[in-house]
Amino acid sequence: MEGKVLKISMLLLALAVLCTAVGVADNSRLKIATTTSLYDTGLLDFLQGKYEDKYNASVSIVSGGTGIAIQYGQRGDVDLLMIHDKARELKFVQDGDGLQRRCIAYNYFVIVGPKNDPAGIKGMNATQALKIIMEKGKADPNNVKFVSRGDNSGTQAREQLLWKNAGYNYSKINNSGPWYIDAGSGMGATLLMTNEKSAYTLSDTGTYMAYRGNLSLVPLIEGGNDLLNVYVAIAINPKKHPGVNCEAANQFINYLVSAEGQKLIADYGKDKYGQPLFFPAAGNCDKIGCSAAECAVPTNASCAAA
Amino acid sequence: MALIEIKGLYKSFGKSEILNDINLDMEEGKVMALIGPTGSGKTTLLRHIDTLDQPTRGSIFFHGEDICRLSSKEKFLVRRRMAMVFQKPVMFNRSVYENVSYGLKVRSKENSRDDVLHTLDEVGLTGYESRSATTLSGGEMQRIALARAMVIKPEVLLLDEPTANLDQKSASAIDDLIERLAHGGTTVIIASHNMTECRRLANRFAILVNGKITRTGRPNDIQLDRGQYIGFLESIDPSDKT
Amino acid sequence: MDEISAGFIRAIQLIVTLDPQVVEITARSLSISLTSVFIASLIDIPIGGIIQFHNFRGKRALINLIQTFYSLPTVTVGLLVFLLLSRSGPLGSLGLLFSPEGMIIGQTILITPIMLGLTISALGGVSVQIKETAMSLGATDLQVIFTILKEAKAAVIAAILLGFGRALSEVGVAMMIGGNIRGYTRVLTTAISLETSMGDLELSMALGIILISISLAVNLLLNRIQGR
Repeated sequence: MEGKVLKISMLLLALAVLCTAVGVADNSRLKIATTTSLYDTGLLDFLQGKYEDKYNASVSIVSGGTGIAIQYGQRGDVDLLMIHDKARELKFVQDGDGLQRRCIAYNYFVIVGPKNDPAGIKGMNATQALKIIMEKGKADPNNVKFVSRGDNSGTQAREQLLWKNAGYNYSKINNSGPWYIDAGSGMGATLLMTNEKSAYTLSDTGTYMAYRGNLSLVPLIEGGNDLLNVYVAIAINPKKHPGVNCEAANQFINYLVSAEGQKLIADYGKDKYGQPLFFPAAGNCDKIGCSAAECAVPTNASCAAA
Repeated sequence: MALIEIKGLYKSFGKSEILNDINLDMEEGKVMALIGPTGSGKTTLLRHIDTLDQPTRGSIFFHGEDICRLSSKEKFLVRRRMAMVFQKPVMFNRSVYENVSYGLKVRSKENSRDDVLHTLDEVGLTGYESRSATTLSGGEMQRIALARAMVIKPEVLLLDEPTANLDQKSASAIDDLIERLAHGGTTVIIASHNMTECRRLANRFAILVNGKITRTGRPNDIQLDRGQYIGFLESIDPSDKT
Repeated sequence: MDEISAGFIRAIQLIVTLDPQVVEITARSLSISLTSVFIASLIDIPIGGIIQFHNFRGKRALINLIQTFYSLPTVTVGLLVFLLLSRSGPLGSLGLLFSPEGMIIGQTILITPIMLGLTISALGGVSVQIKETAMSLGATDLQVIFTILKEAKAAVIAAILLGFGRALSEVGVAMMIGGNIRGYTRVLTTAISLETSMGDLELSMALGIILISISLAVNLLLNRIQGR
């Protein structure tokens, strides 16, 4: 009787070992935490495939907002961050959590909304537009609404910055009535929600274009320095977080800033969307506010641990 | 020295005393009958001998060793030398064969098919081996339970009302079987309130009333006919008219 | 309505043609949940036996506590295990966050209360006479436990199947510990959640149909075992 139970147990154990062996803990994997816009557009998937083929490496990508990505970085749970919020990036490096900041790509944020533009913001600058959306939204919340990411992401950080530039205290905006919808979601999900609610939102252009086929939203405010959106890569500092895979992170950064990587970024999406979703950082350093030392040059940070 | 010596055994649950100063010797190869009405403590006494219950006070010596003071591992070794058939036996939810062979299997005696089939013959259930044990009648279960205990060839066989669920004919067949076992040298302790059965099988009697042994002796010492026995039971418990 | 029926047809196509992505995600889901359930069984059935067969102070309270944890929110377990496995956490040096092994740990913890509790009540459903019959026939402690397990087989299998169903259908642990990494930790539930947010409703539906089918199969099996 016990013999049979034992045999069955052994069989199941063997099965379980086999199952786990399929995905055995593999520390050579490069773990990247990325902002949703680089992931939802498919850019990072695309770059991952090219990189894995070229270097015979494996890459794991965890997609979340810039906020959660920075959290993962501060805990040493990933090897590399790809994010877009300059203030927090600088602090992250200054705190010793990250090695070097490297600008890799940029595009612009865009304010999108219903075709009939109930608030009439087309042609304004971004801060003006937000101000009008708020005033009309408070007066007529059935027709004028704004959906915010509400997820501590880089896009939301920009939204907050725009409110500040427009002269408002963000915490007051967030609780000022039904016109302001806090989605708590990634960029793609926020766009889908904005579409369902016929509202306005702030999006990065890449994600908006990748989703445009599913949306009836149109871009109303584009371009301008206050909507500039720069993506950077930062390797996690092994001195502060022993065990992170710094060499692989540096290798990936150097691949992104290489001529080959920059070209892949510049061309991505051209065939599918008729125009690129991202622009390469190389050659545009002044325009995007990245110093020559940080802009699309290979990293020279040492991976020596403490 | 007697095979089993019980000395000053007490058992109480809360305030009620189930066993009260039991003193009893049982000799090897003999049949001892414990007689008494329902609730007199017969079953509890058998359970103590099989080390299933722990006494409040007192000792039971088996081969001179106090089995009430043993660790649970050592008690298991004592139990391996005995077998108990409960008053309302339960069957394992398996075939008759697997039920009867259970005691052999836990002792790793795997090549015992002949023993099992032979024992089934002895209890009159030839050909039952592949039946599901839980679907049998009460009398059949009783016989399987006896077969299950017999097949181990225990030194001591503890039987709690072995014929209570049976008709006259099956009961007398079981009694024949117990008689043969006793002749074969097995020590049998049988709890019963069937006087005829006891007188036929037992070499010694102990009468248990309210957890106390009131009389002990040989069958001839306690000359009670059936009528007197019923009178005796009624004097203790008017509801019991067996 | 059109979107739903078109999505449904496309979903069926993805399944029937054994779309590699669908197959891969389904296989990973099954292997992670089965491994979790297996490990949980190895832990919970013996511990359930120990709790059921021993009397100790606070036993009733312990069982109540276990039952309270039946509906442990998956995101709470996810958070707890995240903090444990994160490099800054106590088990960080193992590097198990964002790995299938980490997900298995999380799911094992998640389903342990329900499997433990149901095992205890399964074993409790076996009469004490079975235990004493086995003991008096000379079974060792371990043999007694095996005998009772065998008597409680149907109820114990039900506990295992319920654990499997919960592991397979949860999303909190899989998302927070696994990180939904394509080709590595992406399972049915996290893929559905991602594909829906990315607007790929057809793939979501295909995966959803598979998830429902597996749950249905598990339930049918459960009914058959319990009906016996």
